[in-house]
Amino acid sequence: MIEIQNVRKSFGTLEVLKGIDLFVQKGEVLTVIGGSGSGKSTLLTCINGLEPIDSGRILLDGTEVHAKGTDLNRLRRKVGIVFQQWNAFPHLTVLENVMLAPRKVLKQPKAEAEAMAVKQLTHVGLGDKLRVYPSRLSGGQQQRMAIARALAMSPEYMLFDEVTSALDPQLVGEVLDTLRMLAREGMTMICVTHEMKFAREVSDRVAFFHKGVMAEIGPPDTFFGAPRTAELQQFLSATH
Amino acid sequence: MFNYTFRWNQALNALPQMLDGALVTLQIALLSMVIGVAVAVALTLFRLSGNRVLRAIAATWVELARNTPALFQIYMAHFGLGAFGIHLSPYASLLAGIAFNNAGYLAENFRGALKAIPDTQTRAARSLGMPAGQAFRLIVMPQMFRVAFLPATNQMVWAILMTSLGVTVGMNTDLAGITQELNARSFRTFEFFAIAAVIYYVIAKAVTLAAQAFAWRMFRY
Amino acid sequence: MFDTALSWNDMIFLAQGAGMTLMVTAVAVLAGTVMGIVFGVLRYQLGTWWSLPLTFVLDIFRSVPLLIQLVLGNAFQAIARLGWEPFTTSCVILSLYTAAYCTEIVRGGIEAVPPTTRRAARSLGLTWWGDMRYIVAPLATRVSLPAWIGLTLGVLKDSALVLWLGLIELLRASQILVTRLQEPLFILMICGAIYFLLSFPIARLGGYLEKRWSPHD
Repeated sequence: MIEIQNVRKSFGTLEVLKGIDLFVQKGEVLTVIGGSGSGKSTLLTCINGLEPIDSGRILLDGTEVHAKGTDLNRLRRKVGIVFQQWNAFPHLTVLENVMLAPRKVLKQPKAEAEAMAVKQLTHVGLGDKLRVYPSRLSGGQQQRMAIARALAMSPEYMLFDEVTSALDPQLVGEVLDTLRMLAREGMTMICVTHEMKFAREVSDRVAFFHKGVMAEIGPPDTFFGAPRTAELQQFLSATH
Repeated sequence: MFNYTFRWNQALNALPQMLDGALVTLQIALLSMVIGVAVAVALTLFRLSGNRVLRAIAATWVELARNTPALFQIYMAHFGLGAFGIHLSPYASLLAGIAFNNAGYLAENFRGALKAIPDTQTRAARSLGMPAGQAFRLIVMPQMFRVAFLPATNQMVWAILMTSLGVTVGMNTDLAGITQELNARSFRTFEFFAIAAVIYYVIAKAVTLAAQAFAWRMFRY
Repeated sequence: MFDTALSWNDMIFLAQGAGMTLMVTAVAVLAGTVMGIVFGVLRYQLGTWWSLPLTFVLDIFRSVPLLIQLVLGNAFQAIARLGWEPFTTSCVILSLYTAAYCTEIVRGGIEAVPPTTRRAARSLGLTWWGDMRYIVAPLATRVSLPAWIGLTLGVLKDSALVLWLGLIELLRASQILVTRLQEPLFILMICGAIYFLLSFPIARLGGYLEKRWSPHD
């Protein structure tokens, strides 16, 4: 379970998170929508400790992420994250990209890591690209590779930070399909996204971030069907 | 126009001697690169460190190496260090001067290479649970190596060309030094130095081609 | 302040050396740049294949030590009975050396001008010369400037090698003083400082122009 308690975070004088409270159950799919600068992406990088927070607490299965003694490297094995810019490691083949962390971080034997990598890459539809360098892949393929790379660590949680925003429109579908598949398989996920249709389909709950505050949260039916706050109503009418 | 008989035979007879000199030239250039790379790595770390003194040392080294003539740097090693009671042989002065020069230029090259690798690469590696050191070693360093490689081979060619400066401090075992000795005995300046020029050219091209072949094999991505 | 035998006259001697360094550098950079522009445009116009001989010759100047080039140049002028002073020989060789590097810079600058821009210019009725003069030259100059400043600084440093032909430039002047006064470190430090003083304004000017002429402002 991910518990976020009254988290505040500023960059310089700009407060991007103004006291966020949120929890995500095992097996739940939460999507987060909101305008740019609403703080939704920052929250994701706080959850796996890539960004420090100013106050509040984030608990991951009861472990406080930002506490002094927390072994972040160990913690991050549990939480996979995929970024807007897919960040493929350009000097490694697709297979090596996916095998690297299991080999070096989890110390898996080569055969085991390779079997896992092949499985995950096949899973995201890249089974025929194992020996290729990322520069030969399309953006959508690189993004799916990044998803496989995170999955190869057998994480319990997956965070997706606007994973389709940097893609050409015709490549968005293949990545969203991969996310849908993961959601069906019961992965616990937080997806920050601009894809409303996708959010409506896969989410157990949808949250709306506005100016550093979580303005509204609820199951997709009521969230999209009967938004309560004026901000969300405005946001939805502007994006539709 | 020419009232001069070229005597190529005499010069060609000295070819074995000159090729021996070319080996010394190559040896000095290689050694100066090995030392230069090692020092440049240290200087790059100094520059990144929080320690002011270390940063100042690195900055001074890089500025001196890049803004004074290589020959000046060799003179410094040969004559200047005498003030500290250090008297270097021509070979050692030449090596020290070129290594100093290499280190400065390579440190700048490494810094540029480091800048060329986006932070997001480290971030992605850290998010997979890699500690900072491992992320640097497995993700940043190999990519840096690629960016830095071609400029470094240019520096190697420079190092080869710079070895010819040794003759000004009395070096007489490298290609330029041997050519000068032969010239002093025979006064067939043009013939001897023309052959030396060809040898330098061939070495420089061979090094460049070898580096390109290596890069082609290494950097498949 | 310093316990040194260095006198005012010696300082003037060093300054004269620095003057020689500047003079040789100025001639080489001027002549080298003019030749570099001609060769660069030629290389671009002729294409890779037809400019191969030119490329090859210029590459020699970049692949053979400058010291060897100077010695060869001097020997050549003696053989050909040209009767050149060491100053002339030094300037000629250094100019060719500069031209070899400048050619690459010019060619790179011209290649950096987008073909679409040039097509637009020609479609407005500009001649080849007009296109070169009003479109390519200004744009290529801006792109090439940092490299050209770097080249100038390089030539300033490399000009030290003309001491081998007997010219008393800055480094040779320092060496003469070192031999006479036996204060190698102090005198060489002054020499290094003067090189810094000569380079610094050029580097600053380059930085200033680069900022002002930035193609993206």
